[in-house]
Amino acid sequence: MSEIPHLLVHEAADNVGVVVVEGLTAGTDMLCVVTHDDSSFRLTAKADVPIGHKVALSDLKAGDTAIKYGEDIGRITADVEKGGHVHTHNCKTKRW
Amino acid sequence: MASNFSNMTVQGYRRENGRVGVRNHVLILPVDDISNAACEAVANNVKGTLAIPHAYGRLQFGEDLELHFRTMIGTGANPNVAAVVVIGIEPGWTRKIADGIRETGKPVAEFSIEQKGDFETIRAASWAAKEFVHAATEMQREECSISELWISTKCGESDTTTGLGSCPTVGNMYDKLLPEGITGFFGETSEITGAEHICRERAVSKEVGDRWYAMWKAYQDEVIFAHQTDDLSDSQPTKGNIEGGLTTIEEKALGNLEKIGRTSQFIDILDPAEAPRSGAGLYFMDSSSAAAECVTLMAAGGAVIHTFPTGQGNVVGNPIVPVIKITANPRTVRTMGEHVDVDVSGILRREMTIDEAGDALIEMIRRTANGRNTAAEALGHREFSMTKLYRSA
Repeated sequence: MSEIPHLLVHEAADNVGVVVVEGLTAGTDMLCVVTHDDSSFRLTAKADVPIGHKVALSDLKAGDTAIKYGEDIGRITADVEKGGHVHTHNCKTKRW
Repeated sequence: MASNFSNMTVQGYRRENGRVGVRNHVLILPVDDISNAACEAVANNVKGTLAIPHAYGRLQFGEDLELHFRTMIGTGANPNVAAVVVIGIEPGWTRKIADGIRETGKPVAEFSIEQKGDFETIRAASWAAKEFVHAATEMQREECSISELWISTKCGESDTTTGLGSCPTVGNMYDKLLPEGITGFFGETSEITGAEHICRERAVSKEVGDRWYAMWKAYQDEVIFAHQTDDLSDSQPTKGNIEGGLTTIEEKALGNLEKIGRTSQFIDILDPAEAPRSGAGLYFMDSSSAAAECVTLMAAGGAVIHTFPTGQGNVVGNPIVPVIKITANPRTVRTMGEHVDVDVSGILRREMTIDEAGDALIEMIRRTANGRNTAAEALGHREFSMTKLYRSA
């Protein structure tokens, strides 16, 4: 059986991906798969990130737009390095 | 065009009005909160019956009262129900609900408590319930086309795995079965917020899309903005959603909308608990995003099987409709396996495609329709939660 991915990304245009394994630790060399086209790449996790939580695919700056499903899902509110954890502490809806 | 599913059949109960049910309940239905005790006493006397106590039915008025009647009548009229005993405090509203259910042609008996008391009401209603059980237990399942099923969906305790796995699984099922002629329901008005621009485009026509958008916007203006005390960040996403990795309502809504697949379009919009009137196809029901309320409304609209994707592990069930739980989250499979009917965690490991997951769900729908009890049924989850629109008089 081939290697199981650590991170899944919906669309090639996305700048965040989802951790799909339990117990991911900082420093892990992650296999990342884009589900839309089955392409893959590797990325080093910079934090311990729980299953289901998001990781930045590039360096993101405060004010940037987080893209997932190829769509705007909110504003980055604090800088995140590539491989870092993206969640409510550094990303918020633009709606409210 | 014939597909793999064109000839799929299930063993269902064909009702007097032609609809197909997959369960055969004898319901003891209270019109109002103060008739719950009598209903529960009848259900205790007569084995094989099911009382569904609830909190409402007194001093409601206007649109809220209409929704109460629609939910009561729709629940009794559901094809998963063989016969109904209706009990209310007084004869007027009791008759209205009983007559509404009688339009399906199924057996209904009605009883009211005033001038009799609980004892006499329970005695008379128990005799009727016992006759209904004898008749219902002699009914036979017969071969029915899968296209005759009305299948609803609503997800709960969502996380990022629902958007990756369990919601697209339901979407794949709809993309395959709607062309065969099933009737489908989706809804959750508040949880489309963030993807409303996409949902609007999934209507079959601009006219339907515009009506959908007006309904969604009215909910935003009349409910959310009228009653909010903060920016809703404490409620949407929920604490469970955030624990599961969902950060914003947009992210949650985009995952939610995966439930209608790639090609499916909705043909009309339903009020809460309203039955479809425009023929087979997919309908959007204006509905709460709270799991038990939403499933209750869709069951009252006539759905006979509910498909429920979950991430963090919502445990909801329904008294009359089997709720099929689907999860892609391997931690939920590991820690809450007793609640899971369809494990699609292989999608996250890239061991299972969405197409294969859709087929697995369709197979579980077939088995459930044939009589397999779902996890929620086996565990006794019978949440019946009526939606109330505003304060009573």
